[in-house]
Amino acid sequence: MKIRTKIKLALASTLLSFSVLAAGDLHLDHANTDISDTASLQNGAKLFMNYCSGCHAIGFMRYNRIAKDLNLNDSLVSKHLMFAGEKPGETITTAMPKDAAKKWFGNPPPDLSLVARSKGTDWIYTYLKGFYEDESKAFGVNNKVLANASMPDVLWSLKEGKPEAEFDQDVRDITNFLDYVGEPAKLIRTSLGVWVLLFLGVLFILTYLLKKEYWKDVKYGIWRPRD
Amino acid sequence: MKNKQSWIDQRFPLTKVWNEHLAEYYTPRNFNFWYFFGSLALLMLVMQLVTGIFLTMHFKPDSANAFASVEYIMRDVEWGWLVRYLHSVGASAFFVVIYLHMYRGLLYGSYKGPRELIWVLGMLLYIVLMAEAFMGYVLPWGQMSYWGAQVIISLFGSVPVIGPDLLVWILGDYAVGDAALNRFFSLHVIALPLILVVLVFLHIVALHTVGSNNPDGIEIKKNKDKDGIPKDGIPFHPYFTVKDTMGAVAFLWIFCAVVFYAPGLNGYFLEHANFIEANPLQTPEHIAPLWYLTPFYSVLRAVPPMFGSQFPGVLAMGASLLILFFLPWLDRSPVKSIRYRSPIYKWVLGVFVVSFVMLGWLGMQSVTPLNVFLARVFTVLYFAFFILMPWYTSIGKTKEVPERLTE
Amino acid sequence: MPEQTIDLKKRRFLTQATSVVGAVGVGFVAWPFLSTWKPSARTKAAGAPVDVDISKLQTGQLVRVLWRKKPVWIFKRGAEALAALESDAVIKNLSDPDGSGYSKNQQPKYVTTNYRTIKNKEEVAVIVAVCTHLGCSPTYRPEPGAADLGGNNWKGGFYCPCHGSKFDLAGRVYAGAPAPTNLLIPPYHYVSDTLIRIGVDPEIS
Repeated sequence: MKIRTKIKLALASTLLSFSVLAAGDLHLDHANTDISDTASLQNGAKLFMNYCSGCHAIGFMRYNRIAKDLNLNDSLVSKHLMFAGEKPGETITTAMPKDAAKKWFGNPPPDLSLVARSKGTDWIYTYLKGFYEDESKAFGVNNKVLANASMPDVLWSLKEGKPEAEFDQDVRDITNFLDYVGEPAKLIRTSLGVWVLLFLGVLFILTYLLKKEYWKDVKYGIWRPRD
Repeated sequence: MKNKQSWIDQRFPLTKVWNEHLAEYYTPRNFNFWYFFGSLALLMLVMQLVTGIFLTMHFKPDSANAFASVEYIMRDVEWGWLVRYLHSVGASAFFVVIYLHMYRGLLYGSYKGPRELIWVLGMLLYIVLMAEAFMGYVLPWGQMSYWGAQVIISLFGSVPVIGPDLLVWILGDYAVGDAALNRFFSLHVIALPLILVVLVFLHIVALHTVGSNNPDGIEIKKNKDKDGIPKDGIPFHPYFTVKDTMGAVAFLWIFCAVVFYAPGLNGYFLEHANFIEANPLQTPEHIAPLWYLTPFYSVLRAVPPMFGSQFPGVLAMGASLLILFFLPWLDRSPVKSIRYRSPIYKWVLGVFVVSFVMLGWLGMQSVTPLNVFLARVFTVLYFAFFILMPWYTSIGKTKEVPERLTE
Repeated sequence: MPEQTIDLKKRRFLTQATSVVGAVGVGFVAWPFLSTWKPSARTKAAGAPVDVDISKLQTGQLVRVLWRKKPVWIFKRGAEALAALESDAVIKNLSDPDGSGYSKNQQPKYVTTNYRTIKNKEEVAVIVAVCTHLGCSPTYRPEPGAADLGGNNWKGGFYCPCHGSKFDLAGRVYAGAPAPTNLLIPPYHYVSDTLIRIGVDPEIS
């Protein structure tokens, strides 16, 4: 049918334009993170708490949720992730006063709970690796992803004296952790989904057989009892 | 059992309703793929009502807390994330189903007499559903919620003379804020769902009065046997209850695949910028409504301001919705189904579908000269489909419609 | 031969199988929805254990703290009050003095019988201040011999203004009161000699 081909063509051209649109102007490196990699998440959590949480809160996240999801027991969490005697059920805020932050950075450092959802993991990964020297800036660095970023290159000390690949993995782990923080339910969502789809698959087979069985009446024209 | 049944029947027409609408409601036996979407729309309505009721228990309709309360649902409420995704994906899925349901109407002429009222009620449902979806999208109070609301509500401000006052009255404030959020919440969870349920009831009552159309566009009631049962009809129950159940499960499979593996559908079901809390001081680089509203948004943007007013664009957008109501009276074709229509109609319908999809796509793009030009072309084609309908449906050679269903 | 194509047995089996699997599915769906009514992570965090410093608590003084949104009394009993708790004059009027009857779930295993406190810490009592009748919060009436509460028979305790239930200074209910059981003792322990943590059992009980 002519219409069908037309519709298909329209759909194809639409989808094509979507993918062009998604590419955007700026090239972002592929973060290539895997949220089911617990070791990576654990390392990312540790690095985040050491290098990022001084300025950035993840205010929607609770310590004990991280402990549960990342297979850490509470005492490990309090030793490695908590610094100021917080309670396990508390959300992860930052000690930095907002006014002081505004003075130091121009803007208070944003809460990063949802950065992975609003910007995407590729953006975070490329941003963290995107610092370059620029003497005109207050901290001596600028960023290729976010021009005039008011954040210093805090991972500088992490990069020092490390093989490139190892630093890459560290940045990837932080990105992975932020992806998890953006949507903690993602862990269970992806593992549960398979079972839901399997169940519905079984139910579909049953309903299909049931339909086929009943529709034999229609096929043979015998649905009326009097026939 | 029999006693209990008659006890109820003396007080409430249970058996009568059951028979009239299910066991002895005779339905054309040749329903194809396109006929699943009516029952699926009902399924989606129930899905949205149930998930919505549970979300309302945890959501805070307060501009200071709304954004955080959605994240609270996503994180702190046990299984809250699932209920929320079922609702947010459900909104888009509802529109997918509704658009396919409406397209079925176009394919087989389901809106033509004697089913004009079913179509009009359906169009009312569609418009209320768009309002419902729009207000629902404001509630998470992200950047897109806020600025989307700002843009859409501003349209009312372009009404001549009363516009500015009307705008302030709708918002209860000088811009979108707490007052608007609170009243949109009320409309979203109470007023509009009630209207939707009533309209769905009327839509089905009207349908069951005249009976369903079918892919051949034949009135099966014209051909009855000696018992007064349409020869081409089969009882809705059990044949279509089992068939629609099968369709529902297949649909839920796809639906759940999205819910569990791509709930935001890369920004098409949940826009990325909506994960940033509403900020009246900073407009996002690019504002677009969700995909199901974009065809009409495109029409709006395609019309240039005239006499220093955006109102003509608003009128055009309103007209693009209103004109759909008149479809039953614009179509002069002697046949209903596309199977027996002239080839001209098939081409015209193809052009219309492409125009509608392209308008939808353009509504998500940023404004460039090329996009504006394309939006104007497709807007003209969109309106041409309706305005020229009395002409092109009365020319061309239609095929002869058979007496009985063909398959 | 159309009649032969209908296999009623098969039809019945398929109907039942689909219904059963479908019902299981409805159950699976119902569970998450009902679970949203459970206390959320935020509620649980807010219901975390509460620490109370008792270093400045005087004999006869009572302080109230909120634990899991319920008032909890922490009060210090003098020698006279403690003696009364063990006396026949009080015990014979109580409905379940040793907490072995209807009140057997109203205190953790590690509290002592008459004082209803952790062993060797008898002076300071920790009691959930919610009447076991219909949930009002009783008033503290420590003064023995209060005329409105039975004169000489009253050895100090709590009186519920809503429906008149009476309790002694260990939260045990008097016989004949509408309240069916003794007041609840929450799990608690001593972090140090002067710091009580409400909501957590002692490590070794």
